[in-house]
Amino acid sequence: MRYFRLIWANLLRAKRRTFLTVFSIAIALFLFCTLRTVITSFEASLRASEATRLVVRHGASLVFPLPLAYRERLVQVPGITGVSYGNWFGGFYQDPKNQFAQFAMDVPTMFDLFPEVLVPADQIQAFRSERTAAIIGKALAKKYGWKLGDPVPIVGTIYPGDWRFVVRGIYEGKTKDVDESSLFFHWDYLNESMPEGRKNQVGIYWIRVQSPDMAADVSRRVDAMFENSPQPTKTETEKAFQAGFISMIGNVQLLLTIIGSAIVFAIMLVTINTMMMAARERTTEIAVLKTLGYSDGLILRLVGGEALLVSLLGGILGCGLAALVFRESDFTAGGFFPNFRVLPETILAGLLLAVLMGILSGIVPAVTAARLQVASALRKVA
Amino acid sequence: MAIPLQYNIRNLFARKGSTLLTAVGIGLVSWVFIFTLALAGGFQAALQETGSHENAIVVRNGSTAELTSILPRDVAAAIESQPEIARAPDGTPLVAHELVVVWNLERKNGTSTNVVVRGVTPKSFVLHSKVRLVEGRMFRPGLEEVVVGKLANARIAHLGVGDKIKLAGHAWSVVGVFDAQGTSFDSEIWGDVELFMPVFDRPVYQSVTFRLDDPSHFAAIQKRLESDPRMSVQVKHEDDFYAAQSATLAGLLRGLGLFVTLIMALGAVFGALNTMYAAVGARTREIGTLLALGFSRGAILTSFLIESVLLATLGGLLGCLLVLPVNGITTSTTNFASFSEIAFRFQVTPMMLLSGMIFASVMGALGGWFPSRNAARRVIVEALRQA
Repeated sequence: MRYFRLIWANLLRAKRRTFLTVFSIAIALFLFCTLRTVITSFEASLRASEATRLVVRHGASLVFPLPLAYRERLVQVPGITGVSYGNWFGGFYQDPKNQFAQFAMDVPTMFDLFPEVLVPADQIQAFRSERTAAIIGKALAKKYGWKLGDPVPIVGTIYPGDWRFVVRGIYEGKTKDVDESSLFFHWDYLNESMPEGRKNQVGIYWIRVQSPDMAADVSRRVDAMFENSPQPTKTETEKAFQAGFISMIGNVQLLLTIIGSAIVFAIMLVTINTMMMAARERTTEIAVLKTLGYSDGLILRLVGGEALLVSLLGGILGCGLAALVFRESDFTAGGFFPNFRVLPETILAGLLLAVLMGILSGIVPAVTAARLQVASALRKVA
Repeated sequence: MAIPLQYNIRNLFARKGSTLLTAVGIGLVSWVFIFTLALAGGFQAALQETGSHENAIVVRNGSTAELTSILPRDVAAAIESQPEIARAPDGTPLVAHELVVVWNLERKNGTSTNVVVRGVTPKSFVLHSKVRLVEGRMFRPGLEEVVVGKLANARIAHLGVGDKIKLAGHAWSVVGVFDAQGTSFDSEIWGDVELFMPVFDRPVYQSVTFRLDDPSHFAAIQKRLESDPRMSVQVKHEDDFYAAQSATLAGLLRGLGLFVTLIMALGAVFGALNTMYAAVGARTREIGTLLALGFSRGAILTSFLIESVLLATLGGLLGCLLVLPVNGITTSTTNFASFSEIAFRFQVTPMMLLSGMIFASVMGALGGWFPSRNAARRVIVEALRQA
């Protein structure tokens, strides 16, 4: 570490070059963190899912609902400690572009099944006692500036018509991974508004089992119970259900990884070039240092250390910027990523990548410098 | 007088390693640029080209996709009787009432996905004129037979000709494969609508598509149907209807691509700056000589700028070459309007390649400007004196 000042002085000598290199590495790492966060925010729903919660839906197609009567039969299945249900509403606010999740929920059971949805007790009371009441997530409230008591008009697509809800509660997630941009309203209100042929239809049942290791067993039992009925079911853990949704997006993960690798690789090539140029210009100097008695190993560490330091500075700058920018800006890409937040793991991976870039870009010039023949190096320049 | 281009080309060759590293760096940026454009373009093309401008599609008012639409038989009959609808050679109107459901099926890799199952009429094959049977034969009305799109055939299990696929408790024979030229129909399964209705327990249609006898009649028929008190429907040009479904995701992909490439370009420009500054620094004496020979400062500025742009264009060319193999690769995503899988191909167009090249040249120009200006401002005596 006593040579740190020497490395530092070398960096400051070519200020412009150091600045440009540090910034191009920072940019690469900033983009790496951004792309990685796109993936992790897709997966937020996986982290938020409860291991004891299962999802029951129609076995063949999500277009088809299940009868309300299944509720009574589910309650009796041994191992099931709670049942709730709801329908995906699929509406929009004013313009089809303003989309967020709306669910018609069975109000008496929803807070029991979803303990991660936190609402003040008085607001729950107000929500329960009013047919057209709704509770909305904190992020949603902020986005549209909705407050308690505000009317929220929603245009239905699956359930056509103009619907009007009143905000009676604003919920927060128990952890940061819980989506805070949904709207929940009374399933009973939806059901009453339906024509005779579409009454008593449930989109999804959520069931809670006593312990996670009972999940597979209970799933099998539920599906077997309805196997030969006109509406067979498919039961899986909430996590598997969400994973299915994520897989619907397709090869996004692969595509983003390809793009991310291309970025990091491109900037690494540029950095290697810069490091080699820097070392080449200093051939005489290195020869002089060797003449003064600096060992080959020390020269290797000095030149390599410089590359490492530049990369690390770039890494800290880039990752730090990503963490800061996305925390301060409430970036959601038009509601597509309600939970855009750089995870600590991502920052750590980014920093490791920066170190790797430093080692790879420093290795050639460092080895070249260490192997330098003093006599020929001094002769060449003179 | 201008400095010969030969001077720049030779200089680039003299520093092979450095030239290559910088060019590849810039090339990768234009690669990512074209890659994301090709991704968004392929997705959009798949949906947009699904519809034809001479067709109109009718869905329930408020529905952005067929899946959430319901059109009872009497409504469909009322639409069919409109006078502006083109006629087939046999005199019957060119109308197709279709049923659309989404079915959960297994992919060949074992995971499951949602596939559009469409009940069609013989007129559907006239209206969706891109659809051509390429293998096997057409399904026979009234029999439990289906034909499948070529991308569904390639990706979903049990959809080969001769296979049986289980839908709604019945086993359907796959008798043919059709090619819909990359449109979203390529990811679908088609069968007889009159048979589908009872089997899938859906006594209603999802959409009615018809051909206009004259495109200028669209406004009239749209106004009449949308104000008809017997129904609550919306009428759209078929291409607009599908384009709207792709707008959000394609826009998001383009936005992400632009965001990533612009920031990444900044990094590459920094790299180019470094390379060109080093090039200028190493050639101080040469610059002095050029000045002494009587070349103007403008000529020196131009020459270095050209060298930088040349370097970047080389990179751009590399990026274009590397992106070509991506063209035509099939990937898939979900059309969130229909909640079903849509497979599509990366589409690299000459326009995209050109944009990539221009993008690279601009990076070169930006990265070369300051170092070139620096070069042009050298004082002859000092430059010549320098080691």
